[in-house]
Amino acid sequence: MPPIDLDQPADRPEIRVVIAGIGIDLVEKGQGTPCLLLHGIDGIHPASPFFTGLAASYRLVAPWHPGCGHSETVRQFHDVRDLAIFYQAFLKEKGLDRVTVIGTGFGGWIAAEVAAMSTDRLAALVLIGAVGLKFSDRAERDIADLYATPLAAFEALEYVDPARKPNRYETMSEWDLWALAQTRETVAHLGWKPYMHNPSLNHWLGLVDVPTLVIWGEQDGVTRPAYGAAYASTIPGAQFVTVPDAAHHPHVEQPRQTLDLIARFQAGIAKAGGGTR
Amino acid sequence: MEAYYFSEQPYPGAWDKDVESLRVTLPNRLCDPHVAADLINARLDEWELCDRVGINVMINEHHASATCLSPSNTITLAMLARRTERVRLLGLGFPLANRPDPVRLAEEIAYIDCVTRGRLDVGFSKAAPYEISPANSNPARFMERFWDTHDLVLKALTHQDGPFNWESEFHHFRQVNIWPRPYQQPRPPVWIPAGSIASAREVGQRGHTLAMFLSGLNARQLKDAYCDGARGAGRPQPGPEKFAYMGVVAVGETSKEGRARADKIMGYLRTTSIVSDVFMNPPGYMSVAGNVAWMQRNQTRGRAGDHFPVMKRDGTILQVGSGRDWTGEIPMDDLIDANIIFAGSAADVGDQIIDFSDQIGGIGTILMMGHGGDLSHEEAKASIRLFGERVLPRLKSHDPPQASRAG
Repeated sequence: MPPIDLDQPADRPEIRVVIAGIGIDLVEKGQGTPCLLLHGIDGIHPASPFFTGLAASYRLVAPWHPGCGHSETVRQFHDVRDLAIFYQAFLKEKGLDRVTVIGTGFGGWIAAEVAAMSTDRLAALVLIGAVGLKFSDRAERDIADLYATPLAAFEALEYVDPARKPNRYETMSEWDLWALAQTRETVAHLGWKPYMHNPSLNHWLGLVDVPTLVIWGEQDGVTRPAYGAAYASTIPGAQFVTVPDAAHHPHVEQPRQTLDLIARFQAGIAKAGGGTR
Repeated sequence: MEAYYFSEQPYPGAWDKDVESLRVTLPNRLCDPHVAADLINARLDEWELCDRVGINVMINEHHASATCLSPSNTITLAMLARRTERVRLLGLGFPLANRPDPVRLAEEIAYIDCVTRGRLDVGFSKAAPYEISPANSNPARFMERFWDTHDLVLKALTHQDGPFNWESEFHHFRQVNIWPRPYQQPRPPVWIPAGSIASAREVGQRGHTLAMFLSGLNARQLKDAYCDGARGAGRPQPGPEKFAYMGVVAVGETSKEGRARADKIMGYLRTTSIVSDVFMNPPGYMSVAGNVAWMQRNQTRGRAGDHFPVMKRDGTILQVGSGRDWTGEIPMDDLIDANIIFAGSAADVGDQIIDFSDQIGGIGTILMMGHGGDLSHEEAKASIRLFGERVLPRLKSHDPPQASRAG
């Protein structure tokens, strides 16, 4: 049910577009080569240093996923692969080519699915604290249980310093609270079972043939660095780097370092001949 | 008025083992199976005694909890089906949104209805949020799944013309054709509990029996909402038989003895909400609007919907809670005044229940939480006998107000 009685606050830069028949909100900012930023469970934060830093280097395109924020929900969507199909259509309809796709957390899972499906419109892939895969045996959980860990304990897994966490309810508008609640419901809908992973994705990531950078917080307690390293090892040629003094959201806790890592990665691609595959 | 006797089948021996959560996470090494065997068999004996004294039986289920040892309505009902002879058996309820196998559920309902030759009443529960984790059911679209499951179970129970197809968002079956079909035609009565206006209205739309738990005089508003829903769906004006109310019921030879028994049963209220916050609001269990209200209040527990507080007749709100929400013992007189407890001598209890029923325009059923906490087997049996012999005959012969709209 859309929040018909809510108006978008003046400080939200989202515009409404229709892609693949679905009305979604997105932020577009900056000039240059295109970059698609796929958000995680905390949504889009256009004023954050990471966001503005990317917009300084790229033509940054950051959509709210269908079913997240105030974007339309498609009831029939039942797994993250549906979102990947949507984003393939998104790149095509927007005429975006040679795109750097960056995904954080849950958005990293979507980005990995997008790349596994087709890299035709991709120049590079950057995964930050991504979920979506399972490596351990059946009795061990690779991804901390968001739905069974007390809030304070989970924040301690997510952040070296939980004070760095965005989305403090007391300072958020009703519009933003609605966006967060809707995002959480959709993430649960798509990620509940199997918990935050797609068992077949490990196999398909072997097909990814664009330069890939996997960035992990050294102190990530949600998905441990060993999980990040294993994630990178499923993608041919992927680089794995860690960020000190950061946990599950290095782009939030250490935006400068994270931006630098991405810039060096891009420079390396350019030096090697522009990311041929 | 009819009566159903109920116990949550608690395991009070573990209630002091964890201040954070008696549900989901409490290790089962704290459950001594020898103690559990005694407790479970005592409760089954009490229900068999109910059959002998003419009190109907209500059972329920919870999962991974020291507050309730019954993991399955079906199992308990199946045992009682053969060990009772005349009373009705109510499972309240089957947690529909947590059942991946609605056709199997319909089969089991029909089977038990046949074994009992039509003594089964079927309750469908939304289930509390902390039941989602033990079932690992998806909390998103929870109520949509509840109603889809409801529709499938009822169609499976009533469809007699060969296999039918069900391909919904939530369930996929291609040849639904249960054997046996229910003994009662077209199907056993359906009961659904509701504690909010919106939910009561939805039950009224479908014409099922509305079960109200510990809502006191707020039951009037729930009844009104039910009647609104019934009217909107073109149903006839509901009579009192469509309304059931659950309170703690304890009878003694004296007022003092009955009240002392009620105080032990109240162990239920002192423990029922000792659950970790993290299991209280999985995403989607509440609406987005409800979650926005929850976040605006920086709330970590309780309900965000239009549920009612427990109130005395003069409007004073009683802080009924447990665990971290416990704000101190509430005087028995206040809880009796608020119609949470019906306790005392047989005369007291009869007066209290009839007075309550008349005040809210008539109920067809009192659901009596007659056992709870550390009430002993002997005390429970004594209370059952007194209720069956001295209270129930009065209730059965009491004429409720004919207008079912709340007074």
